[in-house]
Amino acid sequence: MNLQLTEDGRLRHLLTLDGLPRAIITQILDTAESFMDVGAREVKKVPLLRGKSIFNLFFEPSTRTRTTFEIAAKRLSADVVNLNIATSSQTKGEAILDTVDNLAAMHADMFIVRHAQSGAAHFIARHVAPHISVVNAGDGRHAHPTQGLLDMFTIRRYKGAFHNLTVAIVGDVLHSRVARSQIHALTTLGVPEVRVIGPKTLLPTGVEQMGVKVFHDMEAGLRGCDVVIMLRLQNERMKGALLPSAQEYFKFFGLTPEKLALAGPGAIVMHPGPMNRGVEIASEVADGPQSVILPQVTYGIAVRMAVMAMLAGGPSA
Amino acid sequence: MPASLPDANTLIARLADAIAPTLTPDTFIVGIHTGGAWVAERLHALLGCRQPLGVLDISFYRDDFSRIGLHPQVKPSSLPFELEGGTILLVDDVLHSGRTVRAAMNELFDYGRPASIRLAVLVDRGGRELPIRPDFVGLTVDIPEHQNVNLSRLDDGHLTLSIA
Repeated sequence: MNLQLTEDGRLRHLLTLDGLPRAIITQILDTAESFMDVGAREVKKVPLLRGKSIFNLFFEPSTRTRTTFEIAAKRLSADVVNLNIATSSQTKGEAILDTVDNLAAMHADMFIVRHAQSGAAHFIARHVAPHISVVNAGDGRHAHPTQGLLDMFTIRRYKGAFHNLTVAIVGDVLHSRVARSQIHALTTLGVPEVRVIGPKTLLPTGVEQMGVKVFHDMEAGLRGCDVVIMLRLQNERMKGALLPSAQEYFKFFGLTPEKLALAGPGAIVMHPGPMNRGVEIASEVADGPQSVILPQVTYGIAVRMAVMAMLAGGPSA
Repeated sequence: MPASLPDANTLIARLADAIAPTLTPDTFIVGIHTGGAWVAERLHALLGCRQPLGVLDISFYRDDFSRIGLHPQVKPSSLPFELEGGTILLVDDVLHSGRTVRAAMNELFDYGRPASIRLAVLVDRGGRELPIRPDFVGLTVDIPEHQNVNLSRLDDGHLTLSIA
């Protein structure tokens, strides 16, 4: 059974981009496009989700993702409640499903869930009443579907299409839920060449089976790319045995203007944030003319509006 | 009940004649997507309106969203002028329950506060569920509830009214 879709093929929950049909992804991107102008109006709101209650359940800290979900929900006129559960009942030992049940008893219509455990959003989606939708806002190393979707929206806005692109994802693919969601979306949308670039210790074994080409040499991997997606190097990885030092990492896998020149002047540079300047990306590149890192943030609002509007509208499952 | 409806272009010309004496130079014509936008485009040309033409897609303002969901291809609304204090002529193809016009007025107010809004429709088919009435009408006709009046556009731009 597909937890994400209703019997008639509409979006029920958004949990992962793995297996999400191309038609649904395209519908989300098209819907997001129509929400793009709402932020430019006198009243930056449409009344679609008036009277709906959306709970941001963040069991793991986040600034950008939580904020853009909150803005998106407010632009749709929903009521939003933010719960940072790391500092709430969870520390008192309340089980995750008890938290969810309590919020459902407060007449929640949608849960936006971020959790350090892979599968947390699926777990909640399986449990909730039929009228409640769940959006995965990042679960462990598994998936971050709205980030993957906003990245696809960004690529489509700058490149127009997917069928003729070479896209490189650079860095810590092993620990990255963002990279997994991107790879699923890129292959579903028909990108002919998806590359992953990184040191052996930071690429998952068998990553080729996801339909990507593997490069350990960044210069070779960047050549001819239309889109370069840099991943955040999480500082805690440096403490273990995976990497010698930040300086060493930057030397081999940091994106500098010289390395970007190999991809060509038309290539765009993306990063899901937050960036480690001087670790995975040089400031000249992050702030340079090929960077679309800030537009990604803006587009994230329209994409999250699209997902929430598609989930909340129509007959409940 | 008529088996067929009059020619859409004749009705648009009739509508333009009715509007012309009241049209001020600062009137903005706004059509409701899709049929209303076609009619508005014609009126804009026939009336020689010098202000830019506006188009509203009211999908985000419909009152049946929670029942039928979002239309998959919502076109962005385009109001390329300052609405605040403006005189608006709102145009739709068929006036029925009045819910579309209600939604359109709500959307217009999210762009600013117009000085006035008047409503022009090609066909008023009756069946109102809200206290809304048109200021200009091409044709008034009673159509039974179970039937639909549609405006369609051919590739050459020709507009046709039909009952189904």
